[in-house]
Amino acid sequence: MITLDSCQKYFHKGSVNEVFALNDINLQIEEGDFITVIGSNGAGKSTLLNCIAGCFFPDTGKITVNNRDVTRWPEYKRAKYISRVFQDPLLGTCPSATIEQNLALAIKRGKKRGLGRGVKAKDRELFKSRLKHLGLGLEERLLDKVGLLSGGQRQALTMLMATMIRPEVLLLDEHIAALDPKTANQILMLTRDIVKEQGLTSMMITHNMKHAIGFGNRLIMFHQGRIIFDVRDQEKAALTVEDLVQKFYKSQGEELAMDSMLLA
Amino acid sequence: MTLYAAIGAVEQGLVYGIMVIGVYLTFRILDFPDLTVDGSLPLGAAISAVAITSGYNPYLSLVFAAMGGFLAGVVTAVLNTKFKILHLLASILTMIALYSINIRIMSGPNIALLGVDTVFDAVTALGVPAYYSGLIVFGLFAVCTVLLIVWFLSTELGQAMLATGDNPQMVTSLGVNTHTIIILGVGISNGLVALSGALVAQNQGAADVGMGIGTIVAGLASVIIGETVFGSKSIARAFTAALLGSIVYRLAIALALGLEIGGFSFNPSDLNLITAILVISALIAPNLKNRLMQR
Ligand SMILES: Nc1ncnc2c1ncn2[C@@H]1O[C@H](COP(=O)(O)OP(=O)(O)OP(=O)(O)O)[C@@H](O)[C@H]1O
Ligand SMILES: [Mg+2]
Repeated sequence: MITLDSCQKYFHKGSVNEVFALNDINLQIEEGDFITVIGSNGAGKSTLLNCIAGCFFPDTGKITVNNRDVTRWPEYKRAKYISRVFQDPLLGTCPSATIEQNLALAIKRGKKRGLGRGVKAKDRELFKSRLKHLGLGLEERLLDKVGLLSGGQRQALTMLMATMIRPEVLLLDEHIAALDPKTANQILMLTRDIVKEQGLTSMMITHNMKHAIGFGNRLIMFHQGRIIFDVRDQEKAALTVEDLVQKFYKSQGEELAMDSMLLA
Repeated sequence: MTLYAAIGAVEQGLVYGIMVIGVYLTFRILDFPDLTVDGSLPLGAAISAVAITSGYNPYLSLVFAAMGGFLAGVVTAVLNTKFKILHLLASILTMIALYSINIRIMSGPNIALLGVDTVFDAVTALGVPAYYSGLIVFGLFAVCTVLLIVWFLSTELGQAMLATGDNPQMVTSLGVNTHTIIILGVGISNGLVALSGALVAQNQGAADVGMGIGTIVAGLASVIIGETVFGSKSIARAFTAALLGSIVYRLAIALALGLEIGGFSFNPSDLNLITAILVISALIAPNLKNRLMQR
């Protein structure tokens, strides 16, 4: 279980560019939760995931993973429990290393790295069977450099790498947004399958309302650094796209009112 | 060029090749341009010379030298990673500090190594003619360095180092502390550079505080020539190319210095100009080749 306790995050505090990116976030991510995260641009969704992953520390508040206080743990240390897939397919893999070298790096996530062989013969079978699962033929290309793969293939590989060692939580930040619709759908299905198979706890940021409703057991909506809507299970299952759009506009009611005043 | 000059150039290529391997590690693998080497090469020479004249075994003095170089690299990398000083600046700071430190170590600007045992004595004792001993000792050290570094980069730790230079964001998210890796890598690099300096000092019979000037230039020139001539498809190929690049570089310089066209010949002070021309040719050669192929 992951908890965020009154987490606040400012960027450029005290300057004219001050941004209040996380405004008193309280969140309990239960074991097995698959949370979809929505909200307009700049609402603070990525900031929340970055904060959980440890890219920066919150200004105030506390973060725990399985009752362990990780608030001041650097990113590399939290990586033992937390896996991520980024929007940019180039970020998740190492282009000049081969497919098997990338997977071998991933299989040591959060473990000590010593002077043993980087790619072990006994792991190759595991890599092959996992790759076969993707149905992209990559199991025949273990020795190909990852830089040769397409964006979709790289993102599929990244999904594998992120889940090679089971993480406590899998963080997906618009991880299909840079792919063409068909590939995006394949990666989305892959995500669903992996999450289901391993019973992973995960958070997925998306701008697609259908995906937000159709995937996961819980949905949270962000607005101006706050969680303004948090539903789960039956209540979430009953949501429609219209409901969400309504919520969206209600949250922005203030701004709309302001706009209409300006226009009048 | 006489055979004697050629052997001398290959010898130099091999011994400085150990430095070039270190430069390849920082410059190409870690993407960390490191000027510390201009200070860590004479540091290795100084430590080795002082150790030998104090009665230590010449081979043991190489270990001390490498450890000293490693520490110098660690200082640069810590300044960069922990204190956020730009890598170039951090390395320049360590380099100028080493200038003073090297003089302290030697209690003066140089130390002569006359009439003392060096690593070459063990080889000549086996009956090898003196003029081949350099070639053999340097060749052994250089080849072992290449083998060791290629092996290291194939280990779990080495693979993390390769990935750190390639995609630091990704290795961090896989639980690697990139700071530790950079500190280790820059340390190893400067350890090799210091080892190279120690061997040079034992060969030429003296350590001198000024012997490091231009190390980084020679290192980069060798790296670039090696890549252009011998390629860099795999790690093993790339490091072998770096070593061979060093030999080609020294041979080219020896050739140029021995050149006589009519009444014209180069002076030793033209060395920098020759180096610049060599590097420029190596950099534009692939380009020219491509253009010619397209015609
Ligand atoms: N590293 C940073 N430095 C400064 N400001 C930042 C940083 N990261 C985010 N911000 C600011 O914090 C606010 C929230 O940004 P965030 O990236 O979390 O939004 P988001 O909800 O992910 O939006 P999008 O849907 O566009 O990705 C924005 O105003 C953004 O400009
Ligand atoms: Mg975002």
